[in-house]
Amino acid sequence: MAGTGKAHLRDSPTPILRVEDLVIEYKTKGQLPVQAVSGVSLEVHSGETLAIIGESGCGKSTLGKGILQLIETQSGSVVFDGVDITKLSKEDLRQTRPNIQMIFQDSISSLDPHMTVSSIVEQPLKVWNRGNDEERKNKVNDLLRSVGLDPEVVGDRKPSEFSGGQCQRISIARALTLSPKVLICDEPVSSLDVSIQAQILNILQEMKNRYGLSLVFISHDLAVVRAISTRIVVMYLGKICEIADPDTLCETPRHHYTHALVSSVPVPDPTIKNRRAVLQGEPPSPTNPLSGCRFRTRCPAATELCATEEPQLREASAGNFVACHHPRS
Amino acid sequence: MSDLISISDLVVNFDTKRGTLHAVRGVSLNIAAGESVGIVGESGSGKTVFSRATMGLLRGKRVHRTGKIMFEGTDLRSLDHDQIRDYWGTKIAMVFQDPMTALNPVRRIGSQMSESLVKRLGMSKEEAKKRSIELLSQVRLPEPELALAKYPHQLSGGMRQRVMIAMSIACNPKLLFADEPTTALDVTVQAQVLELLADLRKDMGMSMVIVTHDLGVVAGYTDRIAVMYGGEIVELATTTDLFANVKMPYTEALMNAIPRIDRKRGSSLSAIEGMPPDPTTTHTGCAFAARCPYAQQKCRDEHPELVDVGNGHLYRCFFPIGGK
Repeated sequence: MAGTGKAHLRDSPTPILRVEDLVIEYKTKGQLPVQAVSGVSLEVHSGETLAIIGESGCGKSTLGKGILQLIETQSGSVVFDGVDITKLSKEDLRQTRPNIQMIFQDSISSLDPHMTVSSIVEQPLKVWNRGNDEERKNKVNDLLRSVGLDPEVVGDRKPSEFSGGQCQRISIARALTLSPKVLICDEPVSSLDVSIQAQILNILQEMKNRYGLSLVFISHDLAVVRAISTRIVVMYLGKICEIADPDTLCETPRHHYTHALVSSVPVPDPTIKNRRAVLQGEPPSPTNPLSGCRFRTRCPAATELCATEEPQLREASAGNFVACHHPRS
Repeated sequence: MSDLISISDLVVNFDTKRGTLHAVRGVSLNIAAGESVGIVGESGSGKTVFSRATMGLLRGKRVHRTGKIMFEGTDLRSLDHDQIRDYWGTKIAMVFQDPMTALNPVRRIGSQMSESLVKRLGMSKEEAKKRSIELLSQVRLPEPELALAKYPHQLSGGMRQRVMIAMSIACNPKLLFADEPTTALDVTVQAQVLELLADLRKDMGMSMVIVTHDLGVVAGYTDRIAVMYGGEIVELATTTDLFANVKMPYTEALMNAIPRIDRKRGSSLSAIEGMPPDPTTTHTGCAFAARCPYAQQKCRDEHPELVDVGNGHLYRCFFPIGGK
């Protein structure tokens, strides 16, 4: 995979968020820096749910934090509403923050254990000095209700009294207090039970429609992502391998890595052949990136070309972009 | 096939500050030699407590365990701590969910692996090392010799889980409990680990119990599935029968809640609204009644008993799907 290139970026309509050639490195002791995100370009269109999927260590969470500028980015740009936020001063960046919010995988540890639920949800409003006490209280109550919590019951309680699913509802309410335009969800349901997972996914969907949000949904679970996203970006070792709409991606994956991911997902139906085309091994270390295509060491179709030349993202069919020298037909 | 283990009416209660916590409320389950059984349920359904109590891992003044656990003619419940220890590893073993916390972070893989081989099987250090390498290759860990000298944090999650599996099969157990063995792993690695467990079971003729909250995980790898809710088995059937003729509304709800890769997008997921029942209360009616779309007055008043369809398919419901 190891795809670079920007064939998938459209010129119009203006995306709400446009990431171009983003590079994010982590410094390591005594060694060369590790490149977690190696020149990723993508767009988030208004009202869409863009999913980013891949295995642990593919850089998907780093990319999410990079978009928010929660971590330093080495090069490239993140354009939100026409402004490159990587170039902003600290204060200007702070001013854009209410527009892009994030919810995290571990909802319990992302809530301050000493604060009550209503003060957690109210805090962003206080920080930004929005509304008077009365207005803030109403807003908090509305938000809690919209994520399915009763403010009378939960308002004065603390996060430790709630289950993981309920804490995730509280984090969603908090992330929405400032009416963001983009919500970045980093594995929001992967630590939850399946039954609760569906509740949270439905809430996110509902919030998206109600508040006109655009979602960036980071996940390792293709089945979850297929159900809720409008487009899927598949990442491997810091690069994009494939971009497509969910149905195309899951039914006719062009990249060999996507195909392996799709066939690894367990299907809850015993009549379906249970032996799956299992991808062997694990991704190589990002400290020493491979030449050419980064997936070639695990790819069944790799040739010499894959070792020498890095594949570029190109359009395999309408809206389906793949970075592979020998894509599946 | 004869039963390897026969658990009858297992009850596990814990004394807590909030009162008695009923974790397991009378579970009976027989597992045949070589069979693979899945135990499926949400957090708090009692599935983990059931498997740990069966192994005898839960002990202490605050744990109350009644019922019978017959394993090869012995009631495991009657054994004291030293006696049950002889069963662990050699007869019954467990793979835990979180391989990071289950492995000792300050000891090398090699020394953790050889411990049971030396103590249990009386091997010399040299033999134990050789056997550890064999075991690690059996679980398809790349470069097993090098792995012995590593600490757990130097391995990835999938590799650590392979080490855990290698340790659990080191003394050829007859029954292996795998408690959420793949929950902490990526899908690609999850598939590898499930394949590995299935192959090991076949090669070694083990019985296996996979405990999980994900029906999708067990669908392809088990002969039978027991669905637990509120500390009870609410449905038990062969895997094919369960998916083809689901009887219990809870099982159906679980199936519908799973996002499926083979379904087109757009359909809103059917969540199970509400929460699992509070384990400190005793239920008079059906434990699932409060969340059940088909519940009637009878469900809230009377506790349903397990009903046998006839072919070993059991369910606990007054108004089963598709009728009685």
